[in-house]
Amino acid sequence: MRRVIRPHTVVMIFIFVMTGLMTGCQTSTTSQSPDLYDQLGQRSGIAVIVEDLLFLIVDDGRINQSFRGVNVEQFHRLLTDQLCELSGGPCHYTGRSMRELHADMAITDTQFNALTENLILAMEQNRVPTGAQNRLLRKLIPLYPDIRNL
Amino acid sequence: MIRILACSLLILATLPSAQASEPGSRIWATGGVTSIEGSAGGGLVPWALLSGYASDEEWGGTLSLSQAQVDNYSLTVQAASLNWRNRVELSVARQNLDLDTLVFVLKDGFGLEQDELRQDVFGLKVRLFGDVLYSPWGQWSAGAQYKRQRDFTVADAIGARDDSGTDIYLSGSKVFFASIFDRNLLVNGTVRATRANQGGLLGFGGDRNNGYQFMAEAGAGIFLNRQWLAGMEYRQKPDNLSFADEDDWWDVFVAWVPDRRLSVTAAWVNLGDIATLTDQQGLYLALEGSF
Repeated sequence: MRRVIRPHTVVMIFIFVMTGLMTGCQTSTTSQSPDLYDQLGQRSGIAVIVEDLLFLIVDDGRINQSFRGVNVEQFHRLLTDQLCELSGGPCHYTGRSMRELHADMAITDTQFNALTENLILAMEQNRVPTGAQNRLLRKLIPLYPDIRNL
Repeated sequence: MIRILACSLLILATLPSAQASEPGSRIWATGGVTSIEGSAGGGLVPWALLSGYASDEEWGGTLSLSQAQVDNYSLTVQAASLNWRNRVELSVARQNLDLDTLVFVLKDGFGLEQDELRQDVFGLKVRLFGDVLYSPWGQWSAGAQYKRQRDFTVADAIGARDDSGTDIYLSGSKVFFASIFDRNLLVNGTVRATRANQGGLLGFGGDRNNGYQFMAEAGAGIFLNRQWLAGMEYRQKPDNLSFADEDDWWDVFVAWVPDRRLSVTAAWVNLGDIATLTDQQGLYLALEGSF
């Protein structure tokens, strides 16, 4: 045909190759992440993040109703353990499964987004580096179908 | 008109948060920006993301103003969109292409007195399934853009067959968390069926080809943090007119999203040859407000 290799074709190939590299890279970069737990400030740092998260939730009209009647102290301890374990720390989450916990709550996308937003804000308040925030989110995302009960 | 839009954008952006609630609950920057055809996406390509920040119990929308200043042309676009429950996006865009240099080509070659080409684009996009952040397979949307020329004289003279046309596209977008350097990576692919010449500004169909063709479009961007996204886009184009070769488009962009209300996008765009004028490159700037 008339078309030879043009700069645009090169750009397109570049985008695809970069995409391939990046998505390929993510498995290798995140699997060797022993310091995520440290970057979150270990269990004590995570406990402060979760506490700030709880304050944000209480102020958030989109989701605070869903937390009514929750035992705050127990919730704080369980979520701290869960994030500690997920980030590679020496903790063990002892609560019920995410699917079981949220089975009757009919969590919407709006509420899920609100919680994600508050978690990001809580991490920002505690100066967790962007990379560490992203790595923790990456570990939490697989819980989405369980929490939304999909 | 432009001044009014710019003012309303600024007012939107500066509304005290006590009075206006947040534009929606989706995470920052997941509405993309407004493309030159009014659909949410990057600058040149529609993405599977729906505009603004409405989540599944909300509605919202955007207003935007953008300008591309390439060597011999300048394109101004005013656009608005509505998003219902992150399911349906309706958009409208008015494009105005200043012909600058081409005015002389048209006068000498065709005896035409025309210094601008104008087009309206009405867009519909439906999110089919998935969420760009939370679904392992990403978010998928289908869309249509009905385009209507407001000045057909030029397109008619150079061999375009129709003064209106509809593009249909399928788009997939996904964010990969903690990708390269632990940054979040946004990837988008779009397939478009189209008969449009230069996006429709030079009409639809032509002597070389008059039917629908499938075009591949792609984009990728890295979130440096939650306020800054940098990346590239590519858009394959048909080549329907023997009057002048039509090239693919690409751009390199940086978007700044200080909060949900406002985004500012700057890009270097390469539109290739347009209506006999070669290698059209230049700066693209866009301002978007969400409500």
